[in-house]
Amino acid sequence: MGVLLSAPWIAIALPLALALLVAVGGSRLAPFMRWVAMLGPLAVLAIGVASLGATSETGDVVAPFVSTTTAAASTAWIKVGDFALTIGYAVDALTAMMLIVVGFVALMVMMFSVGYMAGEDGIARYYALLLLFTASMTGLVLADGFVGLFVAWELVGACSYLLIGFWFNKPSAAAAAMKAFVVTRIGDVGLFVAIAILWGATGQTSYIGSMAALPGLSAGLVTAIGVLLFVGAAGKSAQFPLHTWLPDAMEGPTPVSALIHAATMVAAGVFLVARVWPIFAASPTTLTVVLFIGTFTALSAATIAVSQNDIKKVLAYSTISQLGFMFAALGAGAWRAALFLLIAHAAFKALLFLGSGSVIHGSGTQDMREMGGLAKKMPTTAVTWVVGAAALAGVPPLAGFFAKDEVLHGVLIASPVAFGALAVAAAFTAFYITRATVLTFFGSHRGSAHAHEGGASMLLPLVALAIPAATLGFAAAAIAKALGGEPEALSLTVAGISVAVATLGIVAGYLVYRHGPDADLALENTLGGVWRASRAGYFADTAADYLFVRPFVAVAHSTDAIVDRGLFDGITEGSVVVSRRLGQFFNRLQTGDYQGYMPFAVAGVVVLIALAITPGLLDLTLGWFGR
Amino acid sequence: MSIVVVCAALFSLGVYGVMVRRDVIGILASIEVMLGAATLQLVAFAMSSGVADGARTEAVGLVILALAATEAAIGLGLLVSVARRSGRGRLDEMAEVEG
Repeated sequence: MGVLLSAPWIAIALPLALALLVAVGGSRLAPFMRWVAMLGPLAVLAIGVASLGATSETGDVVAPFVSTTTAAASTAWIKVGDFALTIGYAVDALTAMMLIVVGFVALMVMMFSVGYMAGEDGIARYYALLLLFTASMTGLVLADGFVGLFVAWELVGACSYLLIGFWFNKPSAAAAAMKAFVVTRIGDVGLFVAIAILWGATGQTSYIGSMAALPGLSAGLVTAIGVLLFVGAAGKSAQFPLHTWLPDAMEGPTPVSALIHAATMVAAGVFLVARVWPIFAASPTTLTVVLFIGTFTALSAATIAVSQNDIKKVLAYSTISQLGFMFAALGAGAWRAALFLLIAHAAFKALLFLGSGSVIHGSGTQDMREMGGLAKKMPTTAVTWVVGAAALAGVPPLAGFFAKDEVLHGVLIASPVAFGALAVAAAFTAFYITRATVLTFFGSHRGSAHAHEGGASMLLPLVALAIPAATLGFAAAAIAKALGGEPEALSLTVAGISVAVATLGIVAGYLVYRHGPDADLALENTLGGVWRASRAGYFADTAADYLFVRPFVAVAHSTDAIVDRGLFDGITEGSVVVSRRLGQFFNRLQTGDYQGYMPFAVAGVVVLIALAITPGLLDLTLGWFGR
Repeated sequence: MSIVVVCAALFSLGVYGVMVRRDVIGILASIEVMLGAATLQLVAFAMSSGVADGARTEAVGLVILALAATEAAIGLGLLVSVARRSGRGRLDEMAEVEG
């Protein structure tokens, strides 16, 4: 255990080394290497568990770390004269928890992929990228400063891009990968500028150093840094208006969606805000922005998830909505509640995604209208799915109930209006996941394909994830304590409202959809435009297309026409024309008539004689030529 | 100094001939005139300066004349060969290299 505590960098190095090994091994060794690959997340998990046991919330705690650090080291990465850019790692309780989440989910996803990705081309590439992602995500949570964080932040983005576009022969997958990369990059610019401002103002890039220098900064500057950091977090965590990439990211393999686009990478924004909490705590304006955006995203995404027919799209909008809950909690100041929801969400949403993967694998479709009655044919998937769905809906005593209760309680204290909106969002959450559950597993089978349960490698992760999804709620007090907070007693008012809206949503969902997907038509007839707007994601893509993409493309086209083809091509082609004209002009002197050349020769001689016989002229002339 | 004027006039006459004559034989003759002017100048300077050994300079002048004769013979030989082969005797007709 000692080495796990003293050398947490192994959690980065081992997955990275394995990634190289798997990539070099190629497709022939992949069936064997995918088992070896699981050592990577296993190491991350072990280091997380060992570190969490060794941290203490009392004693020598330096902000922004929430507990004592079990290991910390940094080194000068770039050194130019007196200037040095340091990069390093530090492990506190928050980092340790994230390591456990990343390691556990990555391990489950890799195991699930053995069955799910069987027979696919590019297995070696797939596992190498999963390992690279694990190493990058581990680096993101281990970083002791903004430099390391940013490097890892970009690396997970690159892995996300590569894995969304895993089936790069499919144009829609390639486009989705590009979209994810570009949209999150908008957020990354915000993060980068925030880091630059903070660095410029404090001269520090380490968390400890920059947080210590924070009181010396003006309030406006701290707000600017906080808001820009949130822009970065919103891009990565798919918050409005940068959420449009996540539903499209479902083009990637489903286990990837579970790992990257539900449990870990999209939660990086929440982690970032919690990690540098002093910056947010210092600015009420920033917190208001975070609360407003989070609440708005939670409610709008939940209402979109209601009308989706693709099972993965439902889960994607559900993820956006749940991340909105987390940001609302952060904006309300309840960052421990946000982290608790992050951990619980990682468990039950990874479970739901892997469950949807199992369903897709078994039934051969992603469209819930072609499913139905799968509970009889896929009992294990159905039972674990229901556990995950109930946890998401907030059924006591599952993990989601406790997490949502803490979040709602924190938001109620900060803003009753936001609390109301989140309560409505929670009702919609229960409704859409009940709809998905009923349409997928109950009723009669509507599809043509013969549905079947996957192998043990797919069922084991489902069961293993169902356990924390069901029981994590009882660890609420321990998690809050490890993060340096006081365990909160369950608020009965909030719990009552929470259970009421969950029951309402579940009952409504069951009653409406018990006879199958035709209820959608009835709802569409009743609600009309509202339903169609929801199905189209409130036209966020269309709006982004008209507001940003088209103007950008228009500017690009005019730049091409004016600057590129006009100016630069004009210069090059113009110089061609000028030299050709000059050539044609002087060409006429070259007649081939020797006697035509004679006057020039004679004139030259005359000039030479003039030079020779005029005193001083020769020296002067040679001086011009720089002798 | 009058001998310098005579030599310059003779040389210019040669240059003029090279520039205006169209037949190659005339041009060759004009070149000989230029060479003769230069040789005359050499001998004249040797005589007037009095420093150099006059007899040696005259010997050099004779060598130049012999060279000029040789060169004229080669030039005429080439010219006859070209004329036999192509029937051309004028310089502007021989212009084959053109820009």
